[in-house]
This record gives sequence, C-alpha cells and structure tokens, in this order.
Amino acid sequence: MALLAVNDIKKDFGKTEVLKGISFGLEKGEVLAIIGSSGSGKTTLLRCLNFLELPDQGTITVDGKLLFDGSDEATLSDEAIRQNRLHFGLVFQNFNLFPQYNVLQNVTLAPTLLKKAPADQIDKQARRLLEKVGLSDKLESYPYQLSGGQQQRVAIARALALRPEVLCFDEPTSALDPELTGEVLRVIRGLKDKDTTMIVVTHEMDFARSVADKVIYMADGVIEEMGTPDEVFGAPKSEKTRSFLRGTEHLY
Amino acid sequence: MTFLEVTAFLWEGFVISLLIFGVTLLCGVPLGLPIAFCSMSRFRAVKAVSKVIVWIVRGIPLMLQIFIIYYVPGLLFKFPMFSYMDRFFFLNYGLSDAGRIVAVLIAFSINYACYFSEIYRGGIESISKGQYEAGYVLGLTKSQIFRHVILKQVIQRIVPPMSNEIITLIKDTALANCIMVCEIIKQAKELAANKAMVWPLFYTGVFYLLFVGLLTILLGRWEKKLSYFRS
Repeated sequence: MALLAVNDIKKDFGKTEVLKGISFGLEKGEVLAIIGSSGSGKTTLLRCLNFLELPDQGTITVDGKLLFDGSDEATLSDEAIRQNRLHFGLVFQNFNLFPQYNVLQNVTLAPTLLKKAPADQIDKQARRLLEKVGLSDKLESYPYQLSGGQQQRVAIARALALRPEVLCFDEPTSALDPELTGEVLRVIRGLKDKDTTMIVVTHEMDFARSVADKVIYMADGVIEEMGTPDEVFGAPKSEKTRSFLRGTEHLY
Repeated sequence: MTFLEVTAFLWEGFVISLLIFGVTLLCGVPLGLPIAFCSMSRFRAVKAVSKVIVWIVRGIPLMLQIFIIYYVPGLLFKFPMFSYMDRFFFLNYGLSDAGRIVAVLIAFSINYACYFSEIYRGGIESISKGQYEAGYVLGLTKSQIFRHVILKQVIQRIVPPMSNEIITLIKDTALANCIMVCEIIKQAKELAANKAMVWPLFYTGVFYLLFVGLLTILLGRWEKKLSYFRS
C-alpha cells in the first residue's frame, strides 16, 4: 500500500483553475520529482500537500490514514490541519529561516514548542542533523551570516527535525547562485534512503533524472505524464512533455 | 529666589511631567496592541471602528483632546468627575491638581496608544508571509508563531519609530498646563507671573534636554541589543 495517496485534488483561485484533478501515489522511500513550466501548478500542489492552501476537493491519505477530504468538514478545522501538517515537511524556495534564532535554535524551535522529546534529546538530534547537512561548524551563526546554500541546508535540517513522513522541496535551488546549487542538491541526494520519502519540485533536470524514482510532468494543472525517469526523460509519450524537455535541453 | 530654589521649584513640576510620561508609556504601550489587532481584524466592523478611532485621535490636537476628556463629563452628563476628584484630593491629601492629572493621563494614554498601534501595525504587516508559513509547516499554532517567530522581528523593526514617539512624549507633557496641571512649564509661568522672573521659563529647556539625552542613550542601547540579527 502506498505511503502517500493523493486523489483527484482540485484547486482554483477565483476563476483560474490551478489544479484540475491531480492523483498519484508514492511508496515509502521513494523520491518523486515534479517538473513543469512556471504556472503549471507544481508549487500549488506542494502547498496543498502542506495545507498552506486548502484543496477545493479531493483526498490526501498518508499511511492509510485519511488526512484530508475536501467534502468532509471535520478534516478542515484549524487544529486538524495543524496536526495533518506534521505528516509533511516543506523546504521553501527562499528558505524562510527564523532570523532571530541561530542555526541550532532554528532546528530545535519547533520540536521544543511541540514537546516532541526532552530538551537534551532534541538538542542532540539537531546537532546530528546539522552534521548530516555539513553545518556542524555553524551552530551559533545567525541566518544573515550564512550563504544561501548554507541557509537552505539549515532549512532542510529544520524540516527533518520533526521527522515528517513526506519531505517536500519547493524549488530548493531556484533562489541560489549557480555555484551553490550543488551543495544543496548533494544534501538532498544524501537523504535518499529506504525510509525517507521525498517530493521535489525542481527545474534541475539532471538532478531529477538521477535521483528520482518517479517523475511527474505537470502542465496546465494536470499530470501530463508520470513514470520512471527513464520513461519520462527517455521516451516521453506526450507531445507536450517532449516539447518541454526539448526546451530545457536548449539551455545547456 | 536663588538659583537652587528655582531649580527645586521647577523640579517639582518636572516630577509631574515625568509622571505623565511614565504612566502614558505604561498604559499606552500595551493599549496600542489591541487597537493594532483590531485595525488588522478580519471582521470589517471591528476594523472600521478601530480605524475611525485612530483617525479621530490622530486627527485632532492633543490639547483639544485634553479639554474634551476634562470637560465632557461635566458638560454632557452633569458630572464633572475630574473637578470632584480635584476637590477630594485637595481636602484629603492637600493635592491641588490630582483630578486634572488623571484627565491628562487618560487623554495622553489614549492618544499615544493610537500612535503606537499604527507603529505596531506597520511592524507586524512588514513581516513576510514566509515567516508565518515556515511556522505553519512546522506544525506551530498561530499564537506560538506570533510569540516565538514574529514578535521579536516586529520589536526590532519598531524600536526606531517607537524611540521617536517616546522622545516626543516627554515634550508633549507640557500640554498638560492647558488645564492648569502644575508640570514644569506651568511652574515656570507661575514664577514669571508672581515673581517677575522670566529666565526660569527658558531654564526648563535644560530639564527636557537632559532627560532626552538620557532617553537617547537608553533607547540606543535597546536598539543595539536587538541588532544581533537581521531580518
């Protein structure tokens, strides 16, 4: 049974239909890359999964538990939504670290406020995570003292500290200088193991191709094509996908 | 009167100025918060009422507001409560202007709360949406996000405009003499009227200057203490 099952998610902003019925499933430990041009609804889909936007209809199920049903009011209360968010983590395009806290505090804040564990355990876990993302020497630094790549790695550690079942990345390298994207992508690649399920919205095609187990190409609010990287990149069935991929190749 | 006697006499008045300053801050700083929240409310009626109040309070002179607070209970409700208070405190404690000081404190607190509320609102609205969203995706509640994520960033941003208002406040206390509260300028005018001494009126400036100097140092330290991060 799939860890994450998304069924027929629809979302519109006023007259614009942004998501027109998105369905997919994801197994535990899988990495899903979502590609597509701007305005195709990738980011909105990710925001729906983290309940920063509420889908107008559809269901979201994690590990057999129905978290969200657009037609069931009980899953729409503030408290239900807050609880549901804990199943997902989100790493933002522009990091959104908390500027008044140092690196270590950024990672420990949420587990501490949510009383996830005793303080010393939270601290130990945070140090371990920051070591994992290569920032053990920056524990006391404040966000403004870090490069964009370092900030994004702190944001990854911060998201991991709550042990989300699905970790989402919203264009994690789009706000970075080109020479800094590598360090962030390497960290994300390094997280891949049998227990870490990830969804990465990205414009880095090589990264998507080499890291993902599954690729979704979105266009105009629908999943235009879905499959393994070899299927989507190697032998795209849809004409739209082909022309999108051709367009990205010209860049290089 | 010697220079020292004049200084002591003016100091008596300056204590009243400082009292108005202190109480206004004590009441106005917290009172500004609910007004700021109402101005940002989702409920249009609440928002409208709060905006109208802020408009009125910022729209008419503080001196006129002192007159309104002081005279309206008597004129409108035949209950001049501040005069009663004056008489009560005079008969029981020998204080001459306690009731009028209360009227001034009310007027000042409301007035400054409205100015503070606009500073708070500006500070809160200047925090990026991403900070709230980062809190949300970490499963924090709205109040946790406000207390642990937003508040300190807001405070850092409002310190300079707040410092400005606080420095203005000590000088505004001079307006209290419009209803004969014995603050420092009123004391100096008394000397001019009764002893034909004009120089103490100008000498009062030294009191203000010294106090503003002290405030500038303290507020500067506060600003520096909060500058350890950048948002």
